[in-house]
Amino acid sequence: MSNAGHDSDDMPILALGPEPSSEQLLEGYRNILLIRRFEETALYQSTQAAVHGTLHLYIGQEACAAGVCVHLNERDYVASHHRGHGHSLAKGARADRMMAELFGRVDGYCRGKGGSMHIADFSRGMLGANGIVAAGIGLAAGAALSHKQAGTDGVAVAFFGDGASTRGPFHEVANIAALWKLPLVLVCENNGYAQWVPHEQNLAVKDVYRMACAYGMPSRAVDGNDFVEVCRAAGAAVERARRGEGPSLIECKTYRIYGHSLGDMNVYRTKEDIDAWRAPDKDPLLRLESLLESNGLLDAERRDAMHAEIKQMMEEAVEFAKSSPYPEADALYEDVTEVTPVRRPAADFDAENAHE
Amino acid sequence: MSEISYRDAIRKALIDHLSVDHDAVILGEDLIPQGGSFGVHKGLDEMFPGRLLETPIAEGAIVSIALGYAMTGKTAVAEIMFGDFLTCCMDEIVNQAAKIRYMSGGQADTPLVVRAPVGLAKNIGAQHSQTFEAWFAHVPGLVVALPSTPADAGGLLATALVSRDPVLFLENKMLYPAKGEMADADYAVPFGSARVARDGDDLSVIALGRMVPIALEAAEVLADEGFSLEIVDPRTVAPLDFETIFTSVEKTSRALVVEEATAFCSVGSEIAATISECRFMSLDGPVRRLSSPHVPKPFTPPLETLAIPGRDDIVALARRMLAGQA
Ligand SMILES: Cc1ncc(C[n+]2csc(CCOP(=O)(O)OP(=O)(O)O)c2C)c(N)n1
Ligand SMILES: [Mg+2]
Repeated sequence: MSNAGHDSDDMPILALGPEPSSEQLLEGYRNILLIRRFEETALYQSTQAAVHGTLHLYIGQEACAAGVCVHLNERDYVASHHRGHGHSLAKGARADRMMAELFGRVDGYCRGKGGSMHIADFSRGMLGANGIVAAGIGLAAGAALSHKQAGTDGVAVAFFGDGASTRGPFHEVANIAALWKLPLVLVCENNGYAQWVPHEQNLAVKDVYRMACAYGMPSRAVDGNDFVEVCRAAGAAVERARRGEGPSLIECKTYRIYGHSLGDMNVYRTKEDIDAWRAPDKDPLLRLESLLESNGLLDAERRDAMHAEIKQMMEEAVEFAKSSPYPEADALYEDVTEVTPVRRPAADFDAENAHE
Repeated sequence: MSEISYRDAIRKALIDHLSVDHDAVILGEDLIPQGGSFGVHKGLDEMFPGRLLETPIAEGAIVSIALGYAMTGKTAVAEIMFGDFLTCCMDEIVNQAAKIRYMSGGQADTPLVVRAPVGLAKNIGAQHSQTFEAWFAHVPGLVVALPSTPADAGGLLATALVSRDPVLFLENKMLYPAKGEMADADYAVPFGSARVARDGDDLSVIALGRMVPIALEAAEVLADEGFSLEIVDPRTVAPLDFETIFTSVEKTSRALVVEEATAFCSVGSEIAATISECRFMSLDGPVRRLSSPHVPKPFTPPLETLAIPGRDDIVALARRMLAGQA
C-alpha cells in the first residue's frame, strides 16, 4: 500500500463520465419507480399495522441509488444506512423478500430478525442497511479492500447521509481509503437534514464534497435529483475505482420528502418547502420521465406497461409477505454464533425456568 | 512438542494460518517492521508480502475495514495496540461485528479476529492496564478468548483464525515471554472447553487469564501445607464451559473465582453466581471471588501491587476457606 502522495492544497474535482445510454436511462427510470412504489406500499402497509416498527423513507432521493447502482454488477458491494430500501432495490434485491422482512416474516431477507434498518442481501453484494450512522462506510471500505487484495476490478460503494459526514468513522475511513487507494465510492446523500437539524447547523462547511479535499480525494457535488448527473459522476467514480486509481466522493444534493422516520411531524420545515421539491422540475421520477419522453425512449404505452408491471410486483410482494409465517420460537437462538453460543445452564432446582 | 513462548505461539499460529489461507490479512498499527507494539508480527511482512496492512491510528476504521473484509467471507485479523483502546472501536465490535450474522438472518459469516494485549504491566497507568473481557462476554454474538499458556494462546488462536464468528482474542501482556510446551502441528484448542490446570480435591480455583499461573503458584504453597487445590482455566469466557467447572466443584465442594478484572459485573462474578445457582447443594460454603479492587490502576509501584490479586492473596483466602472461615 503506497501513500497517495497528494498535495492537499489541490482541490481535485471528479470529472463527469459519459452520458447514460438508453438502456441505463430506462433501467434508472424503472429502479426509481420501483423504489417509489415499494416505499409507498410499505408506508401504506405500516398504516395497516402489517409492517412493524418505523420506516426511514427514501422518497425524493431515488435518483441517487439508481444513478450509482446502474454502474454496479453482482460482484460489487454496497453498504447502506438506516434509509436503505432504495440502495437494496437498486442493487437488485427482491421486493417480495424485502417486504416480508418489513412484515417480520420468516421469508424476509433476514428471516424477520433484521427489519427495515438491517435489510441485507449478501448474494447480491448488498452488505446491509445499518442502524448506526456512518458505520457502513468502513464496512464498504473493507469490502473494497477484499477486491483490491484479490486483484479483481470490483468496487464497493458506501451510501451515507450528510449527518454521517460529521462523525469520526467517515474521516478515519476516508483517510485510509485515499492512502491505500481502495476501490471505493463514497456517496453522500445530502438531503438537507440530519434527522431534524438542517445541515447548515451541523456542518462547518457548506458542502460535504469539500471534505474529500483534505484527503486528496477527487469529489464533486451533483444534483441528486437528476438521474443523468448522478449517473455521470458515479460512472467516473466507479471507473476510477475499477482502474485502481482509488476512492472518490460524490455529494448528491437532494431532499427527503417524508419525515425522518414515521411520526415525524415536520415542524422544522414548512409544507411549501416540501411541495417545492415535489414539483415536476425537482421530483426525480417526473424529471427522468419527461427526459425519456422528450428523447423518444418512453411512449405512453411503454410507460403504462412498466407502471402496471411494478404495481403487480408490489401486490405480489405484499401477498408474499402476508403468506409467509412469523418465525418459530426456536429462531430466537439461531444465528447468534456458529459455535455453540453462550448459554446459561439451568439451575438444579429450576430446570423449567432455565434461561435456555 | 517444542518449548515456545506465549508471544511466539501466537506468531506461529498466525504464520501457519497465513501459509494456508492466502486471503487472510492482518491490519494494525506499527506492524512493519517492528511487528506491532509487542512484536508479535516481527518478520511476517517479509514472509507474506502485502498481507500485513499498516494502518494509521484509527481503531474504529481498523475494525470496521477488517469486518467489511470478513463480510466478504475472508479472514481478517485486527491488532489493537492495547486492550484499553478497544473502547475506540466499541461500535464496530458490539453493534456491527457481534450482530451481523443475527441481523442478517444467518446470511453472513464474520471471520474476524480482534487481538489485543490486556492486563496490568509495570507502571503504565490507568489507560494501559485494563482487561475488558466482561464487556465483550456480555454481548451476544462474540467469542472471547483469554489464553493463559503458550499452548492455549497458539491453540485458541488457531481456532479463532478458522472460526466464522467474530473473536475477541485477549492476550495478557505480562505473559508474552512465558514459556511452555506446544505441539508443532495440530495444536488447535476448541472454544468452550476449560482446562484443568492442576488436579486437586479440597478447593476449586477458577482462574482467568494471568491469574492461572498465579493460582498455580498459590497451589504450590498450599500443597506444602497439605492442601490440594484444583485449578480450572476456562480459556474462553464466551462460550464458557460450565460443565468442567461444575465437575470440579462437585468434587471439591468449595469454589474460589480469581480474576484480574474488577469484580463488579465481571466474568468471575458471573461464574460465581452460576455455581451458586446451579450447584448450591454441592457446596460446603459460599463461593468466593478474588479480583482487582474497584479503582483505576495507579501508577506508583507500591499502590500498583495492591491493585491486582497476587499469589499471597489467593493463599490467604484459600486457607480461610479451607478452614471453614470464609
Ligand atoms: C451513531 C448514531 N447517532 C445517532 C443516531 C440517531 N440517528 C439516526 S438517523 C439520524 C440522522 C442521520 O442523518 P443523515 O446522516 O443526514 O441521514 P438521513 O437521515 O438524512 O438520511 C440520527 C441522528 C444513530 N442511529 N447513530
Ligand atoms: Mg441527511
